Amino acid sequence: MRTHIALCLLAVSSITLAETPPQIRQAYTAEAMATDKNFSASAKRGETLFRQRFAINDKMPACTTCHTDNPAATGKHAITGKDIKPLAAQANTERFSDPAKVEKWFGRNCREVVGRLCTPAEKADVVAYLSEVR
Amino acid sequence: MKSRLSTLLLIVALPAMADSLPLPKDTPASYRSECGSCHLPFHPALLAASDWQQTLNQLDQHFGSDAAVDRKTRQEISPFLERYAGDPARLGWAGNPPRLTQTSRFIRKHREIPAKTWNDPRIKSATNCEACHRNAASGRFSEHEISIPGQGK
Repeated sequence: MRTHIALCLLAVSSITLAETPPQIRQAYTAEAMATDKNFSASAKRGETLFRQRFAINDKMPACTTCHTDNPAATGKHAITGKDIKPLAAQANTERFSDPAKVEKWFGRNCREVVGRLCTPAEKADVVAYLSEVR
Repeated sequence: MKSRLSTLLLIVALPAMADSLPLPKDTPASYRSECGSCHLPFHPALLAASDWQQTLNQLDQHFGSDAAVDRKTRQEISPFLERYAGDPARLGWAGNPPRLTQTSRFIRKHREIPAKTWNDPRIKSATNCEACHRNAASGRFSEHEISIPGQGK
C-alpha cells in the first residue's frame, strides 16, 4: 500500500515537472509584467533578437551562429562541431519542457552571445518565436 | 615459435587497444546532460583523474565558455570521473589546461590524420569525435566504423 502511494506521488510529480512551451512563455511573461504591466510577448521581437548580430563573442556573434538561420533545422556548435537539436518546438518536442533547462541555457547563451543576461521580456519573446515558428 | 609469440602479444595487446568505450552503466544523468550538451560526454578513461579534477576546478572558464555546474551536480560527476579515469602512464601528458585531444595516446592514435582533414568545416574540432567515428556516442571507435568527411572509409 505504502509503495502504491509512493508510486502514485512519483507519477504525479513527474507529470507536473514536464511543462509546455505556452507555460514557460507564460512564466516569463508574468515575470516581465512585474515591471511593465502592459507587457505581452511578441514572436516578432523574439525573431529580431534571435537574428541580431551582437558580435560580443568572435566565435559566436549571434544565436544563428550555432542554431543556423532556421530554428527548425539542426544546428552545429561553433567550437566543438557537435550537432545541436532544433530549437523550434515544432521540430523538437523536447524544447521548452523543462523550465530549469530553459533558464540554464538562456543564462549561458545570453552571457556569452549577448554579453549580458537577457530580461524576462526578451526570454518571453524568444520563447514565443520559437514556439510558433515552423 | 615466432608466430606463437606474436599471437600471444596480440592477445596481451588487445585489451590495451580497446576501441570500444561505452559510458559505464552508472554514468550520472547529470554527466550526460551537463557535459554532453556542447560535446560528446567523453568516457572518463580518456583523461587521468588529476586532469579531470583540474577541469572540474576550472569549469567557469572551460575553453572560453562558462560551463560551471552546481554543487549537487559536481558531487555526482566528480567521484564518477575519478572512478573510471584513465591511467596517466598510458595517456601521457594532456597539457595545461588538460585536453583529452592532446594526450600522447590521442595524438599517436590520430597521427595519420593530415592537418587538412582536421580543418574541414564538417569536423571543425578534434573534440568532434562523431564527425569521423560515427558511432562514438555509443562508445564505438573501431577502425572499421570510421568515415572521414570527404574521404569515406
